[in-house]
Amino acid sequence: MASRFCLGLLLLLLHSFISLAVYEDQIGLADWHQRYIGKTKQAIFHSHKTGRKRVVVSTEENAIASLDLRTGDIFWRHIFGENDSVNQVDIALGKYVITLSSEGSILRAWNLPDGQLVWESVLQFSAPSRSLLYVPTNIGMEKDSLIFAFGGGWLHAVSSIDGEKVWKKEFPAESLDIQQVFQQDHSDIIYAVGFLDSSHFVVYHISVKSGDVLKDSMSSLPNGFYGSMVLVSGGILVALDASRSTLFSINFAGSSMSIHEKYIADIVPKCSGTAEIVPSKLTGLFTLRIGACMVLFKVNNGGHIEIANTFSYPTIISDSISTTEGNQAFVVVQHAKKSVQITVKFVNDLINDALKEIVELEPHRGNVQKVFINNYVRTDRSNGFRVLLVMEDHSLILVQQGKIVWNREDGLASIIDSTTSELPIEKDGVSVAKVEHSLFEWLKGHMLKLKGSLLLATPDDIATIQEMRLKSSEKTKMIRDHNGFRMLIIVLTKAGKVFALHTGDGRVVWSLLLPSLCISKGCEYPSVLKLKLWKVPHHHAMDESPSVLAVIKCGHGFHESGVFFIIDSHTGKVRISQKLSHSILQVIPLPFTDSTEQRLHLVIDSNFDAHLYPRTAGTIDIFSREISNIYWYSVDSVEGIIKGHSLQSKCKSDMEDGYCFNTKELWSIIFPAHSEKLAAIATRKSNEVVHTQAKVIADQDVMYKYISKNLLFVATVAPKAAGEIGSVTPEEARLVAYLIDTVTGRILHRVTHQGAQGPVNAVVSENWVVYHYFNLRAHRYEMSVIEIYDQSRAGNKDIMKLVLGNHNLTSPISSYSRPEVAVKSQSYFFTHSVKVMTVTTTARGITSKQLLIGTIADQILALDKRYLDPRRTATPTQSEREEGIIPLTDSLPIIPQSYVTHSLQVEGLRGITTIPAKLESTTLVFAYGLDLFFTRIAPSRTYDSLTEDFNYVLLLITIVALVVAILVTWVLSEKKELRDKWR
Amino acid sequence: MMELMATTTPLLVVVFFSCLLCCSFSIPTRSVDGYTITGRIKIDGSKGFGYPTKTSNIKVILNGGQTTSFVRADGYFSFYNIPAGTHLIEVSAMGYLFSPVRVDISARNPGKIQAALTENRRALQELVLEPLREEQYYDKREPFSLMSIVKSPMGLMIGFMVLVVFLMPKLMDNIDPEEMKRAQEEMRNQGVPSLTNLLSSRSS
Repeated sequence: MASRFCLGLLLLLLHSFISLAVYEDQIGLADWHQRYIGKTKQAIFHSHKTGRKRVVVSTEENAIASLDLRTGDIFWRHIFGENDSVNQVDIALGKYVITLSSEGSILRAWNLPDGQLVWESVLQFSAPSRSLLYVPTNIGMEKDSLIFAFGGGWLHAVSSIDGEKVWKKEFPAESLDIQQVFQQDHSDIIYAVGFLDSSHFVVYHISVKSGDVLKDSMSSLPNGFYGSMVLVSGGILVALDASRSTLFSINFAGSSMSIHEKYIADIVPKCSGTAEIVPSKLTGLFTLRIGACMVLFKVNNGGHIEIANTFSYPTIISDSISTTEGNQAFVVVQHAKKSVQITVKFVNDLINDALKEIVELEPHRGNVQKVFINNYVRTDRSNGFRVLLVMEDHSLILVQQGKIVWNREDGLASIIDSTTSELPIEKDGVSVAKVEHSLFEWLKGHMLKLKGSLLLATPDDIATIQEMRLKSSEKTKMIRDHNGFRMLIIVLTKAGKVFALHTGDGRVVWSLLLPSLCISKGCEYPSVLKLKLWKVPHHHAMDESPSVLAVIKCGHGFHESGVFFIIDSHTGKVRISQKLSHSILQVIPLPFTDSTEQRLHLVIDSNFDAHLYPRTAGTIDIFSREISNIYWYSVDSVEGIIKGHSLQSKCKSDMEDGYCFNTKELWSIIFPAHSEKLAAIATRKSNEVVHTQAKVIADQDVMYKYISKNLLFVATVAPKAAGEIGSVTPEEARLVAYLIDTVTGRILHRVTHQGAQGPVNAVVSENWVVYHYFNLRAHRYEMSVIEIYDQSRAGNKDIMKLVLGNHNLTSPISSYSRPEVAVKSQSYFFTHSVKVMTVTTTARGITSKQLLIGTIADQILALDKRYLDPRRTATPTQSEREEGIIPLTDSLPIIPQSYVTHSLQVEGLRGITTIPAKLESTTLVFAYGLDLFFTRIAPSRTYDSLTEDFNYVLLLITIVALVVAILVTWVLSEKKELRDKWR
Repeated sequence: MMELMATTTPLLVVVFFSCLLCCSFSIPTRSVDGYTITGRIKIDGSKGFGYPTKTSNIKVILNGGQTTSFVRADGYFSFYNIPAGTHLIEVSAMGYLFSPVRVDISARNPGKIQAALTENRRALQELVLEPLREEQYYDKREPFSLMSIVKSPMGLMIGFMVLVVFLMPKLMDNIDPEEMKRAQEEMRNQGVPSLTNLLSSRSS
């Protein structure tokens, strides 16, 4: 009895010792966090003043950031709202970053050192137009330093000190297209130039002080114009006519306007193709792209255009900057095979190069897409230049003195799809010396740890302990481990680049840029689709490396074909690339593998024909055996139709293609367009493992979970309530949740939530669905859970029945058998908006589940599924309490310690994936958005392994102490016995 | 049954709201196509768990991501061109939990704006948002104490052993020597190997 009590006490203590949350000194042990900004659109250098040199960038991910020019690290960063895209960015007064966003209707100033919002000004908006920002370069510290913002048809002059609007002037926007706003030579006149009715050119002279139009002049362009115009110098503009064959320069500086025309074919006879002006800000120069030529033109003061230089197409030319001597410099980047040639030239001397450098770039970065130049004064007072390159894979590279100073893998800010791959298994035996060394290290580490836990460690020791824990070579090895913690995360980005990241420290193991390979296959405008596991070898094909399938679509059209890439997950080499002859609508991985462990995939094209891959005789055998068991569904979210399909015979259209199959529509569910609009769809993860169907509840009863791979959750909202919160009243809003069997199209359950609206986020796992939506009546977010139980098996409780075999447990489960299901559901309030939601997965499905909720603050909250249990009641009985049922509360708790991201944020969170580790208790979590975050969590604590904190030395000491004590007592007892015998 | 419960609770909340929201505050400025909501974030930075309470990292989010606003150094934020209706404001600030705020802009009575915290249904006189609580993301490591070692499994083992070593002889002493002898005889007859026998036989 006593020993039992002791054991119980021990277990209890053990439990209270291991906690779910992390300690502050455990940051970085199992998790890593990487911050990115996305592809740079605009870059402004701030390097003249003393102090930290920075570059301010705005990106395509709608972020602005201040980067350290020395290291490329982020000083600060702001991500703008979805509807608030950044149009223009500049630096004013040398201390404020000015951003113009929302189509030119919001002007903000940020403090350059720390990114604090200084002022915000909302500008008048009447109609969409180009948005332009002009910050005069000469504005000093005087009080009336104005900046000029054009957008929405209004020109505003705004004080750069406090954002006060000094004056505004409307340009009726229907037919007027203002293209440039600028000031000339620090004069008191602002020019606004543009096109009127696409056949007239207009110039407005506006007073800087009052905003009055001092003068407007117009001249007609009989041939119209194409694209945008470029400002070549203070008084000269260059544009292209509508036929794209004639260039004209407009000189409006003088009292009257003069137009010079030049027929392109006359001045550039060698190049052919359609011409296009490259937008730039080059003093006295402009560039034109004609087919495969990049032609640099010089424009003199009279407006006369002459050719200056010709480059072959992928050449990038920067804007010009003024150097200390008053010269204007610009940079030309030309591509060679494995390197780029960077040439800096002065505008007034186009023949000689001020600087010529050849920089080697890795081939997986692709071509240079944008270039920015910055100058600095060297110690010998000569000019030095820094060049910032934006690459095809969205990475950012700073080059100085012919060397790459830093690069940022900003392509990782736009991950589209992700999957995982195992690392290679260890092959060679480990040498003895290595073992001895590691044993010594191991002992030393644990001695230090013991010292630390006994508070005997010096601060130096503590630092070494921390460093040892963080830099443990164990976690960054390139081989598989027992627990399955070390893996490769393979991600596909918007730029079409595939990265393999190591789960130990998040480093890039290999990367591969696909678009250039697509183009060589005749795929002109590649857009990225999907990443799937192609081959996961185990059993007999163990020594082969796994591979992934990347699907790329050519162009954005519905009927465009695509390219398949099969990539080796260990090396990043393309094994097979194949251009498909058909379009890609859906890629369905099938649960079958062929003799070489390649997974069978079904590609549905836009005619609803199914194509089987890989195309070998073996796969067609496997497939034809299983063809009657393959069902798939398609969702048309615009029309609100869900259809179920099955496969039929070989394609009629293409008889010789043995891998093409016709499909047959089996069922369809049409949601009436006037009352329901699709809001969310969720299915179970295909690789989810369920440990047991039976659930033992209190009072020894058993419930059978309804577990089906074909369960589809669909949520629809009232069309009126499909917009944002605040647009409808509760009476108009309604949310309907459906549970549908995708084989038969049978609706298993349907529930209506009156007064609820989207956005809906849902997750399906095992036999339950959890979904998150907004309750307009309470004006709070709500989460509901639905659990489905199989009633047809509910009778299998009697032990006698089981013994006598009088049960239906072995009867096959079929979607066509119309199971009786019982549904339980419950709803709770939840505080936050939810961006994404997912559930933990473990290797065998024994461990209890946690929901991972990506909140609006870009944190990830782990919430026990026990809180979302429809069997919760306000006052659970004693037996229910023992089962672990929590008393019902109206809202779900938010426990700060259960944020898996602890004090970090995954900015712009878009997706969370969970990967089961080999250790049953542990799930690996990878979250991506602008930032990347990886960690591992144990929803029911690490019950199957010792934690990192476990002190082996203390255990050793205890054992030694016990042995010593046994020996001592033995010796003592021997002596005592001897003494007794003598007596 | 459960469904019923979930739908009746919110109804109660609505009734509750209409009683509380009788006082309003005026901040609206009617512009061309909407109203402006201006408010302030107030964080008492004196205490806290050491997170940077810089206002530059705080975001204020309207209607679950429709619009994002940034906070100035003095804590003020604004949303512009907001149509009349009922809106939801959320605050994203690391280290603090803010309750979402329900903001009603009246269409009939232009300029009348009411606000209330949705978490505790408290009406706000003015749009000054204060955190409900500070959030501590880490577990505190317990400082080293003798008790923690004693409580640990190893400590318990040692403790139990010490207990046996020191208490058993005491217990033995209390037993009558005659009875003790008899018990030992019995044990020997039953052939239960004692520890001493076992060890000595091993060593020999």
